[in-house]
Amino acid sequence: MDVLVSTITIFVLAIFVGFEVITKVPPILHTPLMSGSNAISGITIVGALISAGSQHTTLTTVLGFLAVVFATINVVGGFLVTHRMLEMFQRK
Amino acid sequence: MGVLINLAYLVASVLFIFGLKGLSHPRTAVRGNLLGALGMLLAIVVTLLHRSIVSYQVIVAGLVVGGAIGAVMAVKVRMTAMPQMVALLNGFGGGASALVAGAALVEAVVLGQQPPVDFTVATVASGLIGGVTFWGSLVAFAKLEELIPGQPILFRGQHWLNLLLLIVALAMGAWLIDHPQQTQSYWVLLGLASGLGVLTTIPIGGADMPVVISLLNSYSGLAAAATGFVLSNNMLIIAGSLVGASGIILTSIMCRAMNRSLANVLFGGVGSVAAAAGPSADAVYAGKVKAATAEEVAMVLDGARRVVIVPGYGLAVSQAQHALQQLASLLESRGADVLYAIHPVAGRMPGHMNVLLAEADVPYEKLKDLDEANALFPETDVAIVIGANDVVNPLARMNSNSPIAGMPILDVDKAKTVVVIKRSLSPGFAGVPNPLFAADNTLMYFADGKKAINDLIQALKELS
Repeated sequence: MDVLVSTITIFVLAIFVGFEVITKVPPILHTPLMSGSNAISGITIVGALISAGSQHTTLTTVLGFLAVVFATINVVGGFLVTHRMLEMFQRK
Repeated sequence: MGVLINLAYLVASVLFIFGLKGLSHPRTAVRGNLLGALGMLLAIVVTLLHRSIVSYQVIVAGLVVGGAIGAVMAVKVRMTAMPQMVALLNGFGGGASALVAGAALVEAVVLGQQPPVDFTVATVASGLIGGVTFWGSLVAFAKLEELIPGQPILFRGQHWLNLLLLIVALAMGAWLIDHPQQTQSYWVLLGLASGLGVLTTIPIGGADMPVVISLLNSYSGLAAAATGFVLSNNMLIIAGSLVGASGIILTSIMCRAMNRSLANVLFGGVGSVAAAAGPSADAVYAGKVKAATAEEVAMVLDGARRVVIVPGYGLAVSQAQHALQQLASLLESRGADVLYAIHPVAGRMPGHMNVLLAEADVPYEKLKDLDEANALFPETDVAIVIGANDVVNPLARMNSNSPIAGMPILDVDKAKTVVVIKRSLSPGFAGVPNPLFAADNTLMYFADGKKAINDLIQALKELS
């Protein structure tokens, strides 16, 4: 139970940090914000790697593999396309 | 080892926060994004050291396949298609979280553990949110890509069916929490969530997609946070909450900019606005609209000291951003100060128009948001409105019966002269006439966007 309470604490505090940080992003960068934060939500890849690598059953390995593919598309595609956009704002 | 991994996860979480903080200014944004990517790399590398990983073949295969698909998408995508790209990425993120939660449940049961209630509650949440996100995003993608019609797809009893599906899904979730050993019910739950994702997105019109994508962005973060609870992983919870908060903020900004409540976007037979209260188009326009030619507009622009351009999505559709940038350079070479006023709903997702203009080499200092632009209009010689309508309708400030009453608009009517480039007097999404077009200081330049700008450039060159 103690663990659950401390995880909920972290969850709530992180939401507040999120609101503080995100409200400071100007509208001009809202599209890169979306694609960039999207890439960050690909963090679920961490769980996917463990499922794919621990090989408890065929089912969990297959699920892990699919999850690794999905999450990697999210991570690689998200950070790369964000970089592409942000570079356009930096020219000159 | 476990302690070291968790400390590395903390570092990664901090890097994500710094990364998002970097996005507070275009100058620091590239570095911010790289910090976020570095955090992700660190998280992935230390996870590979996890003691329960016994084989790397499947992992490497997944990373290679996913990485290749992601890289090709990111490099190939056109800037006008960015909403579709983000919709797909949202979907993959949500889908991955749901799969990870499912795999964790199966593992726990196979290993003979009795999953605690908080574990199963989080698993159910991850499956529900992830399933809705995955299929909702695919429908949003299909609508934006015009694979399926953009108009709302409505049928009788739709809301009741959705409600029924939601109740059945929640009941299924409750049953799973009570019987975690019956892992197959997780897949039934995922199926129900998938149906819910499709059915709740199809009635939403193409024009409302900016709201839907922002909301799905938030869901993909919440799904990751829920998976964090499943795995007791604080980094997932932190990163997921950051993204969840970001999506919610963008959703509310978009709703406010469109003068709609979120409930109205999600449930209200959207795009089909009822006959508007207020004066008819004839009463507003009759005898008052002044049409101008390219030569006349060029003469108005000759000698203008400050010109503010108001682009709408119509501009991007006709691919006129580059021509517009040429016009701006020409005006600048004649001594004018040229700025751009960007309404939050100018594109098809939050901030979209800024990206399209940045691609056309418009420096970011010249892109002004709603408040900045409205402070400029009273001291503006010429405002050029191109491909925008409702967002410059002064009725929003005055007529309380109008469907756009209270909507934040760009006050272009306060400029000395307004030039509106538009094909006809047809109304925008709100379906109301725009008194701006009949105002004393407005000139209507009836033409297709790109051709209008090219003719204007020609006319300006002939002046000197």
